[in-house]
Amino acid sequence: MTDVLDAPATTPLGQPIKRTEDPRFITGEGRYLDDIKLQSMTHLAILRSPYAHANIRSIDTSAAKSMPGVHAVFVGADIPYNPLPMAWPAGGSAGITNNINTPRVLATDSVKWTGEGVAAVVAETPEQALDALEAIDVDWEPLPAVVDSEAAIKDGAPQLHENAPNNIVFEWSVGDKDGTAAAIEGAEVVVTQRLVNQRLIPNPMETRGDIGWYNPGTDEYTVWMSSQTPHIQRLLLAAFVTGIPEHKIRCISPDVGGAFGTKIFTYADMPLVMFASKAIGGRPVKWVEGRRENYQSTIHGRDHITYVEIAGKRDGEVTGVRVKTYANLGGRLSTIGPGIPTTLYARVLSGCYKIPNVYAEVTGVYTNTVFVDAYRGAGRPEATYVIERAMDLFAAEIGMDRAEVRRRNFIPKDQFPYENPSGLGTASGGAKIYIDSGDYEPAMDKALGMVDYAALAAQKADARDRGKLLGVGLSTYIEVCGVAPSKWIGAVGEGWGAAMWESANIRVHLTGKVVVTVGTQPQGQGHETTYAQVVAAELGVPMEDVIVQHSDTLGTPFGYGSYGSRTSSVGMTAAIKAADKIKDKARRYAAHMLEASPDDIEIDGAEYRVKGSPDRKKTFQEIAFALDLAFDAPEGMEPYLDETAYYDTPNCTWPFGTHIATVEIDEETGVVDLVRYVAVDDVGNKINPMIVDGQLHGGIAQGVGQALWEGAVYSDDGQLLTGSMMDYVLPRAAMLPNFELDQTVTPSPVNPLGVKGVGEAGAIASTAAVANAVVDALSAYGIRHLDMPYTPQKLWSAIQSAKGGQA
Amino acid sequence: MGEHISLTVNGARRELDVEPRRLLVQAIREDLDLTGTHVGCDTSQCGACTIHLDGKAVKSCTVLAVQADGASVTTIEGMANGETLHPLQTAFWEKHGLQCGFCTPGMIMAAADLLARNSDPSEDEIRHAIEGNICRCTGYHNIVAAVRAAAAAMREGAAAPVTA
Repeated sequence: MTDVLDAPATTPLGQPIKRTEDPRFITGEGRYLDDIKLQSMTHLAILRSPYAHANIRSIDTSAAKSMPGVHAVFVGADIPYNPLPMAWPAGGSAGITNNINTPRVLATDSVKWTGEGVAAVVAETPEQALDALEAIDVDWEPLPAVVDSEAAIKDGAPQLHENAPNNIVFEWSVGDKDGTAAAIEGAEVVVTQRLVNQRLIPNPMETRGDIGWYNPGTDEYTVWMSSQTPHIQRLLLAAFVTGIPEHKIRCISPDVGGAFGTKIFTYADMPLVMFASKAIGGRPVKWVEGRRENYQSTIHGRDHITYVEIAGKRDGEVTGVRVKTYANLGGRLSTIGPGIPTTLYARVLSGCYKIPNVYAEVTGVYTNTVFVDAYRGAGRPEATYVIERAMDLFAAEIGMDRAEVRRRNFIPKDQFPYENPSGLGTASGGAKIYIDSGDYEPAMDKALGMVDYAALAAQKADARDRGKLLGVGLSTYIEVCGVAPSKWIGAVGEGWGAAMWESANIRVHLTGKVVVTVGTQPQGQGHETTYAQVVAAELGVPMEDVIVQHSDTLGTPFGYGSYGSRTSSVGMTAAIKAADKIKDKARRYAAHMLEASPDDIEIDGAEYRVKGSPDRKKTFQEIAFALDLAFDAPEGMEPYLDETAYYDTPNCTWPFGTHIATVEIDEETGVVDLVRYVAVDDVGNKINPMIVDGQLHGGIAQGVGQALWEGAVYSDDGQLLTGSMMDYVLPRAAMLPNFELDQTVTPSPVNPLGVKGVGEAGAIASTAAVANAVVDALSAYGIRHLDMPYTPQKLWSAIQSAKGGQA
Repeated sequence: MGEHISLTVNGARRELDVEPRRLLVQAIREDLDLTGTHVGCDTSQCGACTIHLDGKAVKSCTVLAVQADGASVTTIEGMANGETLHPLQTAFWEKHGLQCGFCTPGMIMAAADLLARNSDPSEDEIRHAIEGNICRCTGYHNIVAAVRAAAAAMREGAAAPVTA
């Protein structure tokens, strides 16, 4: 890694500057949700269903109400709020029926998964609240449960919702059905495969939590929440759930200890703490999620069963891909659950390949499991897994090298902007959403060189001598970031019926210090550093003179939050636009100070000079001082340097790259060792390459975790068997190698920074790379596919059964 | 109601009355207001609550507060020497060994225990020493680099003072 810098020699943009937020985190002075203590604060605990599917006959709370320290006990019927919002139905207005059921604040008549909340206690201490939960008596009527999406749509399966026959949420499709059918029918080669993309538990290290405070004096609510989207939560809580006017709610996200998508959404506990605080007379009410609760009641990710057919010619050209996917969305729908396996999955199925015929059908399914929504990558890891596994299966079938098949089918670099056949479609006014830019071969060639791909056979032979099966797997991925043009997200009926612009305000104080407030919301990405790099570079001021504020709906301009790798491309472009406005006003005032025309003022960093008279100049700080005092402001010019900009991106951005995993499988034990991981990523220009590398490392580790270890397992009757960190295997330090990173740089033409986004790339690419490596290793035994995770037991059994088959 | 305990926390003597069931991590966070020690799970798996008890790293969720009676406790808040950061703190900052920061205090305390026992650990030894601490952000790559850098700095006895 490049050595980090305390301060840049020239522009801070593009430099590996160490993070300005870190001092508080390394000294224990971070302030996460559970670190907040308010005067007279009370504590809330939630009683959760022990059954996956049951009717609630009655709930007796009388004993709990008389327990020590208890202030109130609530059941669903006590709370007059609406069910939680559905912000992104599949297909939206495009004529697709969505049979929508979302959670209530507390369940009233029935529960649909183990962990759904049915009652809540507010008490003086967290322990008293938990103790009182034990005294609540629920009369349950247990019902048959179903947890598998294919089982749930069969005749005779337990039915979850009256408005969703056969447990179907929606049936959605995209692409050219007839053309793809014809391509497959007439193809020289067709390979088919069933692929399971197993359910994952996201596991940010900080669980969720909220504090609600109703102020009786002002009739206003403040909600602290561990959230990626405080502005959206205020909007949704006001407009859809509580009916409380939006201007009467303030949402604050303190330091957020990781999120990975899980903290985008509206959860039942948010309105619950608001209601509870008012109900007990305005004392603050805190709820902090335990880890087991997190596993049972915060969203899970993935959970697709997919049937893929890939068709092509024996010369390596892929001519068609057809996919049928069953997406398990849980017992009720999370905020944007249906949008993930449709728009964010099926529309990018063809990846970085020029495939003329693509058709996908997706069925969203209710099961007696916790809801599924966006987890790091959100649809794109699932799509990458499908197309990258399919490319390997196709290559194996025609006997062509996997890298060469990919090369044969890459979208040529001269065809950008490129519209893919299942693509994001048409925005209002006829504008298309294109893949912005790309040059896929150099990234792949660089990665192949790093692993000495040409010597693979020798590497395999050497490993075999040591009793190991060596495998190498490629993942030549593409991702769509920078969501999204509002004219698209609101127009094709596949958005969440909202805009997706971002905002930034810049104020330059009298002392020359710069305050940037933004609508995005960090969860560990280092936004306080990177926004400051961008603004300092734009204004020509030292980075230490810039402070970045976020996370509070009071005092920050509205923004849609941080997810989908959008903050650099959308949010930071808003900051550049705000800086442009600041510079324009500073230029006009400099002209006034220097008695020149604004057109004659040239800007060089923080110096504003009269062209041709380099001695006639003012610094940015002098201009800010004078204009903030405004003793001598010209007619019509407002005092102060204070500008807000809103930026609606014209397109998404499309990072890409090649990841290559090398694994060794111990034939005797089935244990997989990830011995090498090489990643060549093209994320466009970089604001801070140190932070970019860190994002890639973490994403890679999460994707590797899915391939090798992770998986949420429900019993047939809906109990979460992987209910704690003792049962759900997370990657630990000794399970991973160091990662070898390299890059190509293809700037995005979409935004002035030329950035594409990097928050999800690692997780999108790495699962398929490791899966392909494991299957490559197992190909020595004629195995063509195995579903993840590749546990020792699964691999040992597969190897033994293959050996038996050979005998 | 409570049990009376006295312990030394980051060098200062503290007296507490605690319920017998109170965990040491709760006493540290709730009673002593030292919120740098975090709770990330409920099964002693994540290591976010790692502190030093009488000089050795422990997960403070597996210790009852009453068991710490008479003991010496060091938390992340006690690692810096005034304005001078501990070499591990400096190294985590310099090497981008943290992102969301939630696991960081526990990770630093676990690494400090390792470096007290082994001044020049190999990469493998570092990875095994922090196996009880889960990080979901970094993939551990830069954490390992940070621990190596801190070990080198401590061996040289010349960690550059950095002001937080």
